Amino acid sequence: MGIARSYRLRWERKRWRVRALRKRRQLSAVVDRTETIRGDDILVLSTLRNERVRLPYFLRYYRDLGVSHFLIVDNDSDDGSREYLAEQPDVSLWTTQGSYKRARFGVDWLNWLARRYGHGHWCLTVDPDEFLIYPFSDTRSLRALTDWLDASSIRSFGAMLLDMYPKGTIDAQPYQEGQNPFEIAAWFDSGNYMISRNHKFGNLWIQGGPRARAFFADRPERAPALNKVPLVKWHRAYTYVSSTHSLLPRGLNLVYDEWGGEKASGVLLHAKFLDTFAAKAAEELDRKQHYAASHEYKAYHQHLKDNPDLWCKWSERYINWRQLEILGIMSKGNWA
Amino acid sequence: MTVGIAMLVHTSLARAEQVARHWAKNGCPVVIHVDRKVGRSAHARFVASLSDLDNVKFCARHSCEWGTWSLVKASQDAAEMLLASFPDVRHVFLASGSCLPLRPVREMVDYLAERPMTNFIESVTTEDVPWTVGGLDAERFTLRFPFSWKRQRRLFDGYVNLQRRLGFERTIPDGLVPHLGSQWWCLTRQTLTATLEDPDRPKYDRYFSRVWIPDESYYQTLVRLYSTNIESRSLTLAKFDFQGKPHIFYDDHMQLLRRSDCFVARKIWPNANKLYDGFLSDDASIFTGAEPNPGKIDRIFSKAVERRTKGRPGLYMQSRFPNDGWENGLTSAQYSVFEGFTELFEDFEDWLARAVGARVHGHLFAPERVEFAGRQKVFAGALTDSAVLRDYNPRAFLTNLIWNTRGERQCFQFGPRDNQAINWDIAKDVNAQISVISGAWAIPLFFSNANFSDIRKEAARLQKIEVEHLDVLRSFHAKARVRIWTMADFVENPMEPLQTIIDEIGIRSSHRLTEAPRMVSLDGFGQFLQNLKNQGMQPHLMGDFPVGAQPPRNQKKPGKPYLVK
Repeated sequence: MGIARSYRLRWERKRWRVRALRKRRQLSAVVDRTETIRGDDILVLSTLRNERVRLPYFLRYYRDLGVSHFLIVDNDSDDGSREYLAEQPDVSLWTTQGSYKRARFGVDWLNWLARRYGHGHWCLTVDPDEFLIYPFSDTRSLRALTDWLDASSIRSFGAMLLDMYPKGTIDAQPYQEGQNPFEIAAWFDSGNYMISRNHKFGNLWIQGGPRARAFFADRPERAPALNKVPLVKWHRAYTYVSSTHSLLPRGLNLVYDEWGGEKASGVLLHAKFLDTFAAKAAEELDRKQHYAASHEYKAYHQHLKDNPDLWCKWSERYINWRQLEILGIMSKGNWA
Repeated sequence: MTVGIAMLVHTSLARAEQVARHWAKNGCPVVIHVDRKVGRSAHARFVASLSDLDNVKFCARHSCEWGTWSLVKASQDAAEMLLASFPDVRHVFLASGSCLPLRPVREMVDYLAERPMTNFIESVTTEDVPWTVGGLDAERFTLRFPFSWKRQRRLFDGYVNLQRRLGFERTIPDGLVPHLGSQWWCLTRQTLTATLEDPDRPKYDRYFSRVWIPDESYYQTLVRLYSTNIESRSLTLAKFDFQGKPHIFYDDHMQLLRRSDCFVARKIWPNANKLYDGFLSDDASIFTGAEPNPGKIDRIFSKAVERRTKGRPGLYMQSRFPNDGWENGLTSAQYSVFEGFTELFEDFEDWLARAVGARVHGHLFAPERVEFAGRQKVFAGALTDSAVLRDYNPRAFLTNLIWNTRGERQCFQFGPRDNQAINWDIAKDVNAQISVISGAWAIPLFFSNANFSDIRKEAARLQKIEVEHLDVLRSFHAKARVRIWTMADFVENPMEPLQTIIDEIGIRSSHRLTEAPRMVSLDGFGQFLQNLKNQGMQPHLMGDFPVGAQPPRNQKKPGKPYLVK
């Protein structure tokens, strides 16, 4: 990479950092328990709106993995999410009525929180419908992973978004509070992902899965990106650029090997396609607060009218991380 | 007689205390070196926690850094104190705070008592070690390393390169033959005192203090001066990854560690409660009396290293996306591409499926849709038949298809009407077997009902595309197994090439083909080509077809399969 390009990216990074600094004024603390964060705690950062029914399982899942503190931005929920989160002993909560879109889909807010509270911590930035799976996640805690990453001098850990869906129409099985969403959305596409490189930031751009096949078959270039780097040993100089798809400095995006080997990677199981999806899609379309003129939600809306069944006879039923490893969706790398 | 433990500790003091206590309570005196970087209060707490044991002592502290002399210094001090304070120690065992005894201490003591004069230390000459990091093996002994590898990597590398360029070399002290090996050893009192009390020791120490990673070479080299009874292996099970970091053991390695029959393993993850509880409890003791056998555990770790360095060929995913030329195989398995066969034979796909028992697709890259076998709308891995999705990333489509169907051979048709974007990919892929009947694309035109001027235009277009495609296949970059016949040659004697192709696919290679695919009737095809020529187009890829009504020899029994003996 040339000096000029490196310099430009440096300025871009500074710009995002200033922006985060500016957008922090939109956040007002509901409950600030950040003084309870200890030196080596693993933190979860999340921004959400009206996700009350999902929250109990979300919090339990990450607590069980070994997350010690949640930093959450509530974007003007009116379904009790805020009240519920405020009661949790390990949650620090901010609320905002600011525009999700103009905070670059929450990235600015979370960049600020990570910068303020995440420095020196392993920070996991996930949405309430994303559940991290990593090699040995059934026998080793998240701390084992971050210790190993530390020992290997690795600063960031990639985990692709894997869209999960139910068999049958999306609204056939209603989701109950506290339930494991993958009891319903148990299926995924195992081998239709398309990858290309983003040369500016050095990250991979992954598309495919059920969303590309069912909603974007005629406009594949618009299919949502599935590459994510959710787990980062945060430094206050870092910044997410576009959702958790890419970061600056760009070295953090190199979560893949270019010389034939495999680096260790995980998967974010995406519990988007539950019965709550249709209502959510309609609301989001109404608010026009999503990426690129919400064309993603327009596509959903258009197809949801027919109440589609994403399941096909080649869908795989989720078993465990080893299955995902064998299928080549994630890798142990040299962690054994 | 017993075994003394020299223990180097720098983190996880609680675990170190637990292990030291285990050694001490089982009759092995322990001398602990605590890194000076450990804070004073933490150190004081650590010392106090072990104060109830009179066979645990603490030696002078040094500030230790990986790869430097300080680690040797620490082990020297600990060993000296151990030998001086505990006269009944016959073997000294060097361990770290993250070492865990896997077998009852009694067993290890007995094992060593049966081999009172044996030194267990991995000690290999520099020519014979395959595992050194950073390409430095012999040069560790002949260059100087004033800079820290961890903190000042650029200076470190720069200074090494400078010395190489200047041809700088340190002289190795007389009588020393450089040896390398694991830094975790178990030496006899006799050998160790000879090493530590040698009048030349200051000279050796001065020399080794500037060698890189001296803890892997100091004892390993000197032991050769004082003892001939050397078992060149470490009693400590320690596996290293491709960067030279030790692999870490977790709770889920319990069974693996048990079966290894090794005495001590490192490194153990400090929070691996099951391992610590299991191996440090007395009731878990299983007296196997077996020889240590780390080979059982080797496989899993060497596989991990291979996965990290070579990966799975033909897999493209979020953490493996090789640069061009580094794929280690563009696709994951062999597959066959047939060009012109479905045009020439009516029932080629069914026939091929019967003949080789593989999955036979139609034109996967056809412009209208993906023609999966049986014309399914969705195929393995949930690939769909959408041409738009496929053409968005044709290479990913191909590599996905081959990856998703591992264990089943894939065959597909290809031709000049199809998306040509994968031209180079299949040509350069050693897994591809490409068979071409050139010019066969003209047959559908011959049977088509279109206006002749349109046919002529289409023929010219397809011929141009196929010429380019054949150029790619004939390029010296092509690594696929390519066979090209002109249509005229192929029609002359179709069974022999078919047999060759089928044999190479090799799934049911034991017997000869008994059934041929049914060739379309080519009556009038020569005239058709002549008509194209008369219209000013030059169809040349088919080879020489006779003009006129004379049908090719094989068409004498139209529509009837024939047998070949």
